[in-house]
Amino acid sequence: MIAQMLRVTEKEALTPLVTRFRFEHPDGAPLPLFSGGAHVVVEMPYGDMLRRNAYSLISAPDDGSGYEIAVRREDNGRGGSRFMHGNVATGDLMAVTSPFNLFSLDLRARKHVLIAGGIGITPFLSQLHQLSRMQVPFELHYAARSREEAAGLTFLPSLPHIHLHISNEGNRMDLGAILSGQPLGTHVYTCGPEGLIAAVEDAARRHGWPAAALHSEAFLSPPPGKPFKVTLARSGQTLTVGPHQSLLEALEAARIDIPWSCRGGACGQCETAVTSCKGRIEHNDHWLSDDDCAAQTKIMPCVSRFEGQELIIDR
Amino acid sequence: MTIQFNDETFRDDYTFFNSPVAIARFPFPFDKDDYMYSVNMEPHETGPEGTPFDVRFDVDEHYVSEMRDRAITLDEDPLRCQSLPHMELAGWDLLELIMVSKAADYPDLFTLNRDGDRWHWINKPLGIEQRFTFGDPTTLPYGPMEYITRQAQGDFAVLDQREDNLWMDAGMVTSQADWSLDFDIGMNFFEWHAPVPKAHEMGVFQRALKFLMHVNQDTPARRLNWTMTVNPRLDTSPENYHKWGPEKRTITPENVGQKQYLRVELQTFWRLPRSNALAFPIRCYLINLEDLTSVPKWGRRLHRVLRDLPDELADYKGFAVNRPVIVEYLSKFDDGAPTSAGIYPDETDVALNKVPARV
Repeated sequence: MIAQMLRVTEKEALTPLVTRFRFEHPDGAPLPLFSGGAHVVVEMPYGDMLRRNAYSLISAPDDGSGYEIAVRREDNGRGGSRFMHGNVATGDLMAVTSPFNLFSLDLRARKHVLIAGGIGITPFLSQLHQLSRMQVPFELHYAARSREEAAGLTFLPSLPHIHLHISNEGNRMDLGAILSGQPLGTHVYTCGPEGLIAAVEDAARRHGWPAAALHSEAFLSPPPGKPFKVTLARSGQTLTVGPHQSLLEALEAARIDIPWSCRGGACGQCETAVTSCKGRIEHNDHWLSDDDCAAQTKIMPCVSRFEGQELIIDR
Repeated sequence: MTIQFNDETFRDDYTFFNSPVAIARFPFPFDKDDYMYSVNMEPHETGPEGTPFDVRFDVDEHYVSEMRDRAITLDEDPLRCQSLPHMELAGWDLLELIMVSKAADYPDLFTLNRDGDRWHWINKPLGIEQRFTFGDPTTLPYGPMEYITRQAQGDFAVLDQREDNLWMDAGMVTSQADWSLDFDIGMNFFEWHAPVPKAHEMGVFQRALKFLMHVNQDTPARRLNWTMTVNPRLDTSPENYHKWGPEKRTITPENVGQKQYLRVELQTFWRLPRSNALAFPIRCYLINLEDLTSVPKWGRRLHRVLRDLPDELADYKGFAVNRPVIVEYLSKFDDGAPTSAGIYPDETDVALNKVPARV
C-alpha cells in the first residue's frame, strides 16, 4: 500500500469524543476517487513507533478535492486515536494511503438498508453520497446513545428514509421491524459494535434473509494486551511485542516486509503461518475459520496476540 | 515519432504481419526453459521503455486493423459484448481509465478535455471525435464499456467484487483463446476457471483470487499467459470453432514456420475507483515461429518449453495435434547453448535499446 503525504486542512470537534479531519494534497492536486465504504490508513509517527490506523472515508466518493475521516477518541485504546485528537493540528503533513474498500455496496441490490451503531456511521456517510447520486432506494437506521454523542448527525440530511434511534430518548432500534417487509432483492449493511452485527444477523436469519444479502464491517482495532515474545522462523530472530503494540507493528519495526490492507483482522492479507505454538493464540480477527483458530497453525498479526512459552511464525 | 499503423487482416486472407520493431518488442512469455502454472503476478507499468510494459495500455502498429476486426466480429455476434445492469458504473470507470491513460501516454494520438462532467474525446488513429456527458449513457453511441473497448486493443473482462469472490459480470471479448463471455457471464472466479487442468490441485486459483481482491488503485498488476494459434486469427472463439478449428489440420513441416503462431496474452488488473470492480484487460500479441526464431534466445527456449510441456497442458492449449511438427521445426533453432534468465532478448540477439520508443 502506497502512502502519500497529505496536509491536514480542517480539524473540527463533532462531539466531545469524535473529531473530523480533512486531508488535501499539499499542491492542491486531485486525490484518487473511491467507492462508498472505502477506508484509508493514516500513519502516525510517535516516539520511535509508527502506528497505522484505518479510518472510513466520510466525504463524497466522487470528490477528489480532499479526504475526510471522523475519529473517535478511545481512552482505553492503544493511543492512535488519542494521537489524532491531541497531537495532530491543521497544517500538519501526514502519510495517508490511497482508498481501499472492504465494505462496498452490492450494486445488484434493488434497495439498500444501512444500519449503523455509534461511530459505525462513518462508512455509510460516503455510501449515502454514492446512493444519492445513483438514485437507488435506500434507508438508513442510525442508533446512538444520545444526540450529544451522535457524531453523524451533522452529515445526515433530514429525509423520511433516514431514521434516528436515540436510546436515551426511548427510541430504540427494532431490528425485526426494519428487516421484515423489505422488498425482494434488498441488501442490508451493518457497521457498529459486534453485538449489533450479531443481532442483525440473528434477526435476518429469523426473517429468512439469504446470507449473501447481509454485509457487515466491524471496526476492529488491535486490542492492547500483555507483552509477548515471537520468534521468526526464517531469521531465528526473537521480537518482543509491547503491550500497546500489535504483532504486525512489531514486525514492521523490525523491518520485516509483510502485506496488509485493513489492519483490522478482516481482509486476510497479513495471514501468517505458525510453525510452533506452545501456549494460546488470542485470535481477535474475523478472517480465520474456527478450525484454523482451534488448530493454532495460523495467526493474523494485525490484531491477534499470544500468551505462553513459545510462538514461532513463518516470517 | 508516431506509429505507422498496418493495414492488415486477421481472417480470410490473413495479411497480418509484424514489423522488425514489433518482433523486437514482442512480449515473450517464458523467463526460463520450462513452464508450469504459477501466480506469476508482478506490478504493471514497470517495463523497459519501448516494450509493451511501460505504458498502461499499449498501442502498437496493429491498433487500427484490430479495431476493424473487432467491429466485424461484433456485427456478426453482438453477444461478444455484454454488461449486466449493475456494471454500468464500472463501465464509466473503465472508460475514464483508458481515456486518461491513452491521452497521457500517447498525446499525439489521443486527446481528452474535461470540464466537470462534460468531456471531449479525440481519437486520431480511428478518426473519432466525441463530446459527451460523463455518467450519462444517452450521450454516447454505445454503453460506456462498449464505447471505449471498441477503441482499445485486447479483450476486457470487468469483474464485480463481492462475497469474497470476483464475478464475470461484464466484458468485451472478441480476441479470445477459446473461451466465451456469453457462456461465462455471471460466473465467479472458480466457476470460469473450472476447465483449467492441474492448477486447481496446486492451489493456484485460491492464491490468485486473494491477490486480485487486494489489487488497489495505485498497484495495478500484470501477468503473461500464452497458447498456440494456427494463422493470425484474433477471434478464436468457441462460437466460431467451426471456422478456425479445421485450420489446425493445415499445418505441414513446410508451412509451420509461417502459419503457426505463439499467442501471448498480456493480462493486467486494475481496481476501478467508483465501482470497486476489477478491470481485467487481456491483450493478445501474435508472432509466427519464423519471426520468433529470428531472436536466437527465444528460438532455443520455445523449443525446450514446448518439447517438455506436460501432455495435458498441450491438450488444454489446443495444439497437441501439431506439437511434433512444431517441436521438430524449433529443434533446428536450438543448438543446446544455455539461455539467459528473463524474457528479454540477449543484447547480441536484438539490442532492445535500439527499439525506438513506441514507433
